[in-house]
Parts: sequence; structure tokens; C-alpha cells
Amino acid sequence: MTTAATAKKPRLAVFKFASCDGCQLQLLDAEGQLRAIADQVEIDHFLEARSRSLPGPYDIGLVEGSISTPADIPRILEIRRQCRFLVTIGACATSGGIQALRNWGQIDDFLGAVYATPAYVQSLEKSTAIADHVPVDFELRGCPIDTRQLVELVTAVVVGRRPRVPTYSVCVECKMRGTVCVAVARGIACLGPVTQAGCDALCPAHDRECFGCFGPSQQPNLVSLNGFYERQGASRERLGRLVQSFNAWSPEFHAEHDRLADGPDTEADR
Amino acid sequence: MTEFRSLSVKSLTRVEGEGALRLRVADGRVEIAEFNIYEPPRFFERLLRGREIREVPDITARICGICPVAYQLTACQALETSLGIEVGPEIRQLRRMLHWAEWVQSHALHIHLLDAPDFLGCESGFSMPPEHAGFLDRGLRLKSIGSRVMEVIGGRAVHPINVTIGGFFRSPAATLVQELVPDLESGLAAAFDTLREVAAFEFPDLELPYEFLSLREADEYPLNSGRVVATAGGQTTLDVPVESFGLHFSERQVPHSTALHALLQPGDRIYRCGPLSRMAHCRKQLPPRARAAAEACGIDWPSRNPFHAIVARAIEVAAAFEELLTFARGYAPPAACRVEFSPRAGLGCHATEAPRGLLYHRYEITADGLVAAATIVPPTSQNQARIEEDLRQYLPTLHDRDDAEATRRCEHLVRTYDPCISCATHFIRLERTPTPS
Repeated sequence: MTTAATAKKPRLAVFKFASCDGCQLQLLDAEGQLRAIADQVEIDHFLEARSRSLPGPYDIGLVEGSISTPADIPRILEIRRQCRFLVTIGACATSGGIQALRNWGQIDDFLGAVYATPAYVQSLEKSTAIADHVPVDFELRGCPIDTRQLVELVTAVVVGRRPRVPTYSVCVECKMRGTVCVAVARGIACLGPVTQAGCDALCPAHDRECFGCFGPSQQPNLVSLNGFYERQGASRERLGRLVQSFNAWSPEFHAEHDRLADGPDTEADR
Repeated sequence: MTEFRSLSVKSLTRVEGEGALRLRVADGRVEIAEFNIYEPPRFFERLLRGREIREVPDITARICGICPVAYQLTACQALETSLGIEVGPEIRQLRRMLHWAEWVQSHALHIHLLDAPDFLGCESGFSMPPEHAGFLDRGLRLKSIGSRVMEVIGGRAVHPINVTIGGFFRSPAATLVQELVPDLESGLAAAFDTLREVAAFEFPDLELPYEFLSLREADEYPLNSGRVVATAGGQTTLDVPVESFGLHFSERQVPHSTALHALLQPGDRIYRCGPLSRMAHCRKQLPPRARAAAEACGIDWPSRNPFHAIVARAIEVAAAFEELLTFARGYAPPAACRVEFSPRAGLGCHATEAPRGLLYHRYEITADGLVAAATIVPPTSQNQARIEEDLRQYLPTLHDRDDAEATRRCEHLVRTYDPCISCATHFIRLERTPTPS
């Protein structure tokens, strides 16, 4: 890895697969900080921001988006070869994104619903995370990613240390900002207890449920949490939809969705 | 002997999403002018089916990280129509301010970082010539003020979390809105500086026979509502409520794009939406200072020169700050942050003006509040056919330029539309036709 002692600035590249561009936009949203980043690294490939594109290898590669078309696979393999430290940014890259909802259905059904002539359109049956195809050095979660975490990541890689990003749940952030628990006090089914922190617990602070933008936290107990919400009167359908959004194809949320969709627990399950 | 010239751009840069260009000229005649969109499809219309309507604003936001508010507000209003509920003036006002703030950050990015480098002969905003050194910093500053307003009203700048059917989850606190005033004051002054600077750019000489299309409101610049109006050569060609818009346009799939081409009916007319169309139809509805600046900027509106769009955007940024400042100075939280609703079966459509042009949503919902069908028509897919037509008419004027320069200029022309390719792809529903062998 490049260290601060190296005279030459580390080379940064940004790549996009299936996504909304929102995470790349966070890179351009860091006013002042963008300048600070641009001073620390050479931005050598970032199509959305500049026309100059220099060939690899790169020191840091940021990858937005999920793998969803046949051409994506050789492309991500080549990007992996070109990047010393490969970071996936956002829910699409880390878990397949909202477009992974098609993973439960038949791709032909989805194609036919939108396009008159599906044969013109190339699409894989499933939308999957980058890490399903190549080794990834670090993940930045979120839909979108958080600018502060992005700046921390670039700074850490430049000086040659591990980025410091929390792996605890959104609940901890609610406690830190002093938000009254929406699940306990108001009976709202909230994913905060099982979702990784990083957004500063925005949604509960706005009187609504966390809906899982940052994906599952470490060792989430989804079965226990949803049992609690079911006893409070939430339907299995609604709880299933809650985990089936931007991080639906993460292993933990995926398994919980399918468990809820299988119908009520039998006596033996309890 | 036939003389051929082929130009291509494999990956367009300084645009949002993935697109390419393919151009071919034979004996001075343009044979191929393709704006090729290869952005992977994400099938939003299909994946909305079966979702609860209260989830729709959060899901449709993810279509575009640059204009999520346009998606959220179009979805909310289409669903409110189908539910038969109406929001009051306070919520309407808050929504308008949230949308203005999105315009500010989207336009500021495009003006300063994506479009201006072409006028100044550099490859990006990071390598501006010394006489424009402050330009990028001013752009980032304007963008960050827009983002800050979005955070105060919407909770977050990319994919806001505070927008819901009937209004907001929580009203923005009065103190937070009042604290925006100094930034909005300096932003207003900065917006006029940018307007002066971009109006003085050197514009290529080009006049194209546009049919303009936008929303129009009687007494305000159109953001969240209005009648759908089209004009060509100064004549009104369409003026209908949004409920009838669906009867007047159609879409066509083409092999070289994952976005569908939209055309006005009758006659398969290619049209243009976005800032130049709004300036053609709604100049009188601009707030006073922005309106005066528009008249004094040296361009005769309506302009049919696509390169003037950067000036139209700068005028809209100034208008945004003018209205945002008035709002922030007089803000008091609404009595109720939203209107409650009960699910019922229904059908509703709505259109807003996203930064890039008209955005149309239509939903069918079931009695238990689930989406039965969704149709979404984003602005860039509507502009796609027009972009190709522009290239056909622009390319012959570049016969004395070398290939690299002609390609660069064509790429700039596409960029003036601020095409949002992530939005453009894979939305429009069509009658299914047989697959060609």
C-alpha cells in the first residue's frame, strides 16, 4: 500500500456499474473535502467528473453499482487486476442494490414488463454484489454512502492505516443523539437494531422507521426482532418488505425475507 | 468516390451514467447519429409492483442520485391523486423549497463541473485556466448550500428520508431554517456572479427548430405542478392538464439504447424538455430579480441554441436562491406535517419539472394499498431523440474541423442537455411487439 512517505501521490479511480450515481455524487458533494481529497490523491479515472482518463494500475479503486449484465463480469475482473486497494461504495456494490429484487423473479418477466423487444437488452438473471465476483479490500455501506466515511476511507488509505468505520447498529447512534426509540415508545417496526450505523440514525430522528440503507450490522438477530414486531401486530408481509429493499440480497436480509415469506412458524420452530 | 467520416465516443465523460456516441457522414450527409445508452437496466416499473404505496417515494428516489426529490415528489403527488387527498399551502410550499434546493445542487454541479470546462477549453473543473480559478470553488459552494437546504427539509441530500405521501414525516425546525439565511444571501450573490460569467462565454453559432415542452403554472415558475405545454415556432402545439398528457405522447424502443425514445402525437414529433423549454414558456413567472437578469443577460429568449442551456440553468439557480431566501426569512413550521390517508383502489398520474425536464409518473393501486402497475417517463429519455436530431444538424457545420475537434464539439452538444443516463434507462412501458429474428 502507498504510504505518506511515498513522494508520489496515490492514484485514484472511480468505476460505475448498475446504480443511480448517488454514491459517486457523495464524492463531489464533499465541498472543501473534495479539494482536500484532490490534494491527497491524483484522480486519474472518474468519467462523471473529468474527461482526462489515465490507464491503470491504480492505488485506490472505488466501485459503485452491482453486477447485472454479461459484460460486467470481465470488466470487474480487469478492474480488480488494475487496483491495489479495491473499495466497494454503496448498497448496489456491497449487496446488489434495489435492482436485486429481480433475483426472486424470472428475468424474462421483468424484461417484458419494461421493454417491447427484450432481445435488444442484455441482462443477467441476478443482480449481485461486487464481492461475489472478485475479492474486495474494504466495503463502504449505505444508500447512499456517508460523505464523512468516504473522506475517512481515502485519508486512511493514503496514510496506510485501516479505515475506522463503525460496525455497531443504528440503535447506538439513536442513543448518542438522544432520540427516543420509535420501536419501543411508538410501536413502529424499525430495522435500527439490525442495521449497521453510519447515517447518524437519521430516520428515527425524523419520527420514522430505519429501513436498512446501511445493510445488516454484525450478527443481527432478525428472527428475534421480527418476532417482537409480529407480537406487536405487524404483518409478516410488511416485515418481509422491510428487509427486501436496498440491501435485499445481503445474506442476512435475504434469509430473513425468505423465512417470513414461508409463512408462520410451526410449534416446533418456537 | 464517396467520402466517409466516422466519429465515435466510447464512453461519454462528465455526464451522469453510461452512454456513447456513434456518428457517420457520407459525402457531407449524416448517415448515422446515435446517442447510445448502454447503462444497465434496473426494471423499476416492474419491481414496484406489489410494494406498499408508502414505500414508493423511498424506492423511486433510487432511480437517480442526482434528482431523487423530483422522483419522490412526482410519486407522492400521483399517489395523492389516486387516494383523493390534497395537501395544504404550507406543505406545498415546503415541497417547492425542497425541490428548488435539488435544482440548485444539480444545476450547480452541471454548470461548474460538467459543462463549463468545454467553454473554457479544459478537460474538467479541476484544471480551469487561472482567470477562472474561483469558478469551481464557487460552484462547489453553491452546490453545498443546496445540499444543506435539502438536509434541513429532507433529512439528507442524496435520497432524502423525510418525504412521504401527504407531506413530511417531521416539519423542519424553525431555527434550522432561519440559520440558512446568511448562506442563502451569499448564495444569491454568488448565483448572479455565475450567471454573469456564463452569459459571457463564447457560444457556437447554432439555431435549431425546436418544439419545446414543459409544465406551465399561471403564477409561479413550474416545479411541482402545471399544465403540459408545447410550442413550435412561437405557436402553441399542446396545452393540456397532466391527466391527458398520456394521450399525446408515445414511446419507441430502438436497438442502440436501453432507454426508450419519446415522441409527441400526432405525427411522431421530436421535442425538447428542460431549462430552454422552461425559459421559452415561463420567463414571466420567474421571481423579479432573476427575471430582470434573464432579460439583461444578452440572450434573446426563447433561445434555440442548445449551448445557451448553461445560461438558462444559471438563471434558474438565481431564481431558486431568490425564492429560498424569501421562504427562509418568513418560515414558520406548518400546523400539521402531513395529511393522513386510508388506502383505496385507484389510479393517479402526475408530472413535475425535474432539473432536466418533465418527469411523469402514473400508478394503479389496489384496495389494500399496494402498487398494481407503475409507469415512469424521465426527462432524458424524452430528450434522447432530440439529441440525435441535434447531432444530425450540427455535424455538417463541423466539416472544416479535424476529427478530434469535431468529436469534442459533438460531445459538448450532448453534455449541454445534462443527460442523466441513470434516469433515462428502462422505464417506459410499451405494447409488446414480436422480437425481430
